[in-house]
This record gives sequence, C-alpha cells and structure tokens, in this order.
Amino acid sequence: MDELQEKAKQLLEAGTVQVVIGHAAGRGGRRPVFVRSPAQAGKLVHDDGCWQNLATYLGKPEVRKLGRAAVVASPPVLRAMVQLGAERQLGNDEVMALAVVTGGPVRTLATLAAIEGHLASLPDEPPAADRTELGRLAAMTVPERRAFWAEQLDRCVRCYACRASCPMCYCERCTMECNRPQWVPVASHALGNLEYHIVRAMHLAGRCVQCGTCGKSCPLGIPVHLLTLFAERSVQQHFGQGGKASGKPVFAMSTFRPEDSETFIR
Amino acid sequence: MGTSVTTPTPLKEGSTFEPKITAFVCNWCTYAGADLTGTSRIRYQPNVRVIRFPCTGRIDFMLILKAFAHGSDGVIVSGCHPNDCHYTTGNYLARRRWIVFRDVLEFTGIDLRRLTFAWVSAAEGAKWAELVDEVTDRVRALGPYREYQALASAGIE
Amino acid sequence: MSPEYQIGEGSLEALFAAITADGRRIWGPRAAAGCIEIGEIRSAGELARDQVHPISSAKAAAFPRVEKILSYRMDGKDVAIDDPPLPARPTVLFGLRPCEARGFCALGTILNWGTPDRFFNARMERTTVVSIACTRSDEACFCTAVGGGPDHPAGSDLLLHPLAQGGYDVVVLSDKGRALVALAPDRFEPARGAARIALAKIEAEFQAQEITEQLPRLFDHPIWSEQSLRCLGCGACAYVCPTCACFDIQDEADARRGVRLRCWDSCAFRLFTLHASGHNPRETQGQRWRQRVQHKFSYMPERLGVLGCVGCGKCSRACPVDMDFKEHLTEIAKFS
Repeated sequence: MDELQEKAKQLLEAGTVQVVIGHAAGRGGRRPVFVRSPAQAGKLVHDDGCWQNLATYLGKPEVRKLGRAAVVASPPVLRAMVQLGAERQLGNDEVMALAVVTGGPVRTLATLAAIEGHLASLPDEPPAADRTELGRLAAMTVPERRAFWAEQLDRCVRCYACRASCPMCYCERCTMECNRPQWVPVASHALGNLEYHIVRAMHLAGRCVQCGTCGKSCPLGIPVHLLTLFAERSVQQHFGQGGKASGKPVFAMSTFRPEDSETFIR
Repeated sequence: MGTSVTTPTPLKEGSTFEPKITAFVCNWCTYAGADLTGTSRIRYQPNVRVIRFPCTGRIDFMLILKAFAHGSDGVIVSGCHPNDCHYTTGNYLARRRWIVFRDVLEFTGIDLRRLTFAWVSAAEGAKWAELVDEVTDRVRALGPYREYQALASAGIE
Repeated sequence: MSPEYQIGEGSLEALFAAITADGRRIWGPRAAAGCIEIGEIRSAGELARDQVHPISSAKAAAFPRVEKILSYRMDGKDVAIDDPPLPARPTVLFGLRPCEARGFCALGTILNWGTPDRFFNARMERTTVVSIACTRSDEACFCTAVGGGPDHPAGSDLLLHPLAQGGYDVVVLSDKGRALVALAPDRFEPARGAARIALAKIEAEFQAQEITEQLPRLFDHPIWSEQSLRCLGCGACAYVCPTCACFDIQDEADARRGVRLRCWDSCAFRLFTLHASGHNPRETQGQRWRQRVQHKFSYMPERLGVLGCVGCGKCSRACPVDMDFKEHLTEIAKFS
C-alpha cells in the first residue's frame, strides 16, 4: 500500500471518517470512488489522470449520507473545500482532506482552517496549457473570438456536465431552472447556449477554483473552462483579489472598494 | 427655448435605419436627470426607451443581453455617481459587475461599442441629452445589430 | 445478405458529389475540438476514418436537439397559429456504426407509440442511412450483449463492409438504399466476392434477456444507489444515446408572438420528475439511475417489444465520471 492508501485505511479503521472520496482505476482512465472499508483502501490512486474535482460530491446528499468524509484532494479540490466553507456550505470540522500532489507526500488536514493554512504555501493559478490558450484567445480580434465561441458554443447540447461537475455550482435551484419567467432559454439553440455560458462564467467570477474540470467534463470537448478561467482572471486583475489568493477566500463580486477604478464609465 | 445640444449626424444617403436604444437607469439619479432634460426643454434624439430601476445595483447583467436579443441595437446603463447612491452601496456593486461583465462580453466577441455605461446625476440634464445623442449617432453608424439578433433563430430546426 | 455491389475508396468523393447535387445534405463522423462528432460533411475527405465511435449519435437528423413545432402571432384578440413546413431537406447519414443505425428502430417505435410523431417520421422518411460494418471495437462496446453485432443490418439502408484491398462491399437493404446507388450507378460495380477485413470480435459479457427478466424483482435492491454514487446527474449519457427520446416542450414568447420548441431532456436531471408541489418521486440519483436501466431493459421491452439499448457504449465514453454501462449492466445481470 502506498502512503495515500495507508492513511486512508487508518482513518477508516479508526472510525475518524466513514468514507474516503478519491479516485480509482476506471475504463481507460480514472473514476471517482467512495471507499467505505479499510480493505478497499487499496483501490485509491492519485496521478495526473485524476482530474474530476471531488469536492463536487460534498454537495451531493447521497454522498453526505454515507457519513463523515475525507477527500483525496489536489490543490484545486482543497481550494474548493475552503471556498465552500467560506460560503457556509461546509462546517470547519465537517470534512477532512488528504492533501495530495502527484508524486509528492500526503498530508492529513483535519479542518478547513488547516486546509486554508496549507493552501497559503501553494501557487493558485490555472494549468499552464490553459494559460496558453487564454493568451491565444486574448490575442485574437473581437470578430475572431466571436467566430471561435460561436463555433464552440453552437455545438453545446446543454447536458450540464460542466455545471454538475463543478464544486461551486451547488445551488439546489439553479438560475437555469428559474422559469417564471424563463430566464435562460432551456433550448440548446445558439442564443440559449451563449446566455447559459455567460451566466455561468459570471456566477463563478471570484469563486472559480481554476481546476478546469468543467471543460474536461464536456463530452463534446468544448473548452468551457476558458470562460470561467477568464472571468476569474478578470476579477483577480481588476480587484487584486481572487476567490482565494493567499488561501483566504474573499467575496470579490459581493463586496467592493470605493477606489475600484475603470476607464469606460462616462 | 428649444435648443438641441448636438446636431445629429446625417444618415447615410438613402439609409432609413433608425437604431433602437434601450436605457437601463436608476430612479434617483439618471431617471430624475432625464426628467430635468425634459423640463429644461433640451431636445435629444427619440431613439431611446428608458427602463427605470430603483438602483443600478438591481440591474441584472443579463438584461443587457436580453435587450440585444429582443432587437435593441444599442444599450445604455446609467446611475448615480459613486458615493451618491441612494441606497449607499448599490452602484459600487454594480460597477464591479460591469467591469467583469464587459470583459466577459469582449472575450466572447460581443460588440462593446454598442454598450455604454455612465453616471448621470439628477442635476445633469444636459449630460443625459449629450449621452443619448452620442450613443444614438454611434449606433446608427454601426448599423443594426443583426449579428446578435440572428442568434435568436440559429440552431433551431 | 450477400453484397450486390462493390465501391472503391476513390469513388466516395464522386458519390458525395452526386448526393450533394441531388440536393441532399450529408452527415457523418468528423473531427471537431479534439473529438469525433456527427456533423455535416461536404467531402469524403472530411470523414473521420480512424475512429471506433463518434462521441455523439446521429439521432439529431430525425430528432433534432431543438425543433420548432409551431409558432403563433397575436392578431388583435385572436391567435394565428402557424405550423412550420415539414422538413424538406433530405439527409444521407454516411459512415454510421451498425449499432447507431439500429437505434433508429427503437426511436421510431417510441415516437410512433400511440400517436405517430409526424416530425420524426417526416425527417426519417427523408433520411438514408449508410453504415459501415465494424472491424474494430473498444472497451465500451457491447452490441452483442443486446442482440446486435458489428454488421447488424437493422436500421440501415446500405451496409458497407470494408475490403482488404480497400473500398467496400455494398449490401442494399431497402428502396432508399437502392435509390442512393442510382445517384451514381457507374461508381457501384457488381460485387466480386473480394476478401473482407475481419469483423470486430465483441464478446458478450451478459445477455439483455437476463437483465430484462431480473429487473422487476431488483426494484428495491441497494445496487442502484451503489452504482450511481459517482453519477453527477448531468444529461451527457441521454444526449449521446441513439435511442433516448425524452423531450421537453418550451414556449419562447413575448406579448405579440411566440414559438413552441421541442428540446432534448434527460431522466438523469433532478428536475425531470420534480412536481410543482415540490415533491419529487425520483429524488435520489439512485432512483434516477434505476429508472434509466429499467426503462431501457424492462419497460420498453414489456410495452413496446423493443430494447432501449443498442450497446454502442456512447454513454460510457461521454460520461465525465466513467459510469461504465457495460460494467454496470454486467453486474446487474449477475443477479440472475
């Protein structure tokens, strides 16, 4: 057993947690797994193929019912847990983390406060490949970007895999479900898709943990994570505060500073 | 007494296009300011439809896109100057929202020349007229926002 | 069925040109954003060849993602309703997997149950299906477990078998298929019994019949919540599935006019069965997962006489959390 499996086994044996949420081998990749007995701890793996943000399961009643959980958490998962705590979705002592870095040591973090402290020492930025893509899009002209997003978003079928896989999309009644009046069109036509993805990017601005799970979850390979990453970067650049720069969550879009500045308001 | 603050740009020869401008404004400042424009008998172009909100903080950013989808060629969003909000903080929150929303719109390739934000106070009747005239002229020159309106029927079989 | 014709690889371009000249559009597997999807193709060169399965299904040709079913205008106090003209543009689906083609049979059964769906039927009538038999499969495929196979003819108008020398044997399965051959008759030579590339071998790990028989007594079994723990409740599996036909009706209107649209829906969404009162008969993901399997393997065979699954595996490939349907179904079949 490796360090991760050993630590998970100990937590389960001691009854500290009733379930360890992690990844296991799946068909041609990795899949989320919910280990409930020490004997099953050998299933747990962590490598770069483990991209699904497991913090999303902390919003799922069927998973919470299993009991107190420890989450095998890469940095974006840790960021999500802290942000969920800041937004009152998780209590400080409710969930533990087994903080992992591929090929690195495993740290047991028993509270959200401990996770926050641990995060302060870690970089908080999107993966390099995504930064490159953002740069490529930023270099395009407005009509070129319009053509790019039109081509991409027109393919969207509104399966909501992006929303379902995102730990920060935990609303029991999402804006998409507001139907008196129907605010965002349900139909996956061009306008409905554009509106949905813009709304989602805006609702994540300042809260996005930059994991890229939304884009990777899209069955059609639409890079929707670029929209949320962009909105997040916009918040960080303009207001000098992201969701969790320095580990501490800040509520960038529901607060303000009188000295916030811009050049476009006449 | 009827003075026009600006002279509208003449239409291109033969063109009869008149832009539709929707303005989302706050009740306490910009709406009152627009009232003052009227009582001062300042004339300005009639292309704007004004929609009154209690505060710019109440303006959902999606309303801007809804206006374009429903046929607006240009949109104005205007409210109280920072530090003057009737509800103290509404416009500060709106400002943050507009900053990010504008960035996201530009990132997705939407024409920002058609969207104008302003602070117009209850005393700035002249500014309101100037603003509307300038925006109307600019949007008239840009033409109808057909590209966005076409989205409404794209992708339906 | 023995092949009547043979067509060379090099003749496909000319065939496509003839199809296009006849006013038809062509859909087939093509590359897009790092995956293979079913979309419009204009030349044989755009066809994605080296793929087992496109991520999406071709059902959108007859059951579109968003479809207008009527529009209306307010005429004073009266309402004027306009029925849209039934679709006129014929389509050729080229290069489908036989399992996908078989999916149209199930779709047709569902959408003609009780009331014939004239939109689906009109589109289907104008659609010609050309499948290519499978010489490769992957881990997600399970057509043989559900009564299908790599060269199953159901749902196809023409079935092509890849030949060792290149090109294809052509089996004509319907009048529509014959009409397609007639568009470029000089490109279709008589079949010469040329050696075919061997069909993919897909071992059946269960038989659908076993599952159909067991499902009624498995209704309250804990396996449903167990298997669906990682399910996120998105619509990816339903939307890529060749046989899923659930839909939502949405009216998009203002005070003066509106359209009524039919859009895809998924039983995996929590909202699918949420009542206006707030009660949800399928509140947990386990209940919704159970519904999915029961519907395809029990209710449909029982009521419509057709299985709701063709074993294409698109659901498993599209799922962001690796809900592997073959694996789940094999586990369920073990209860028999």
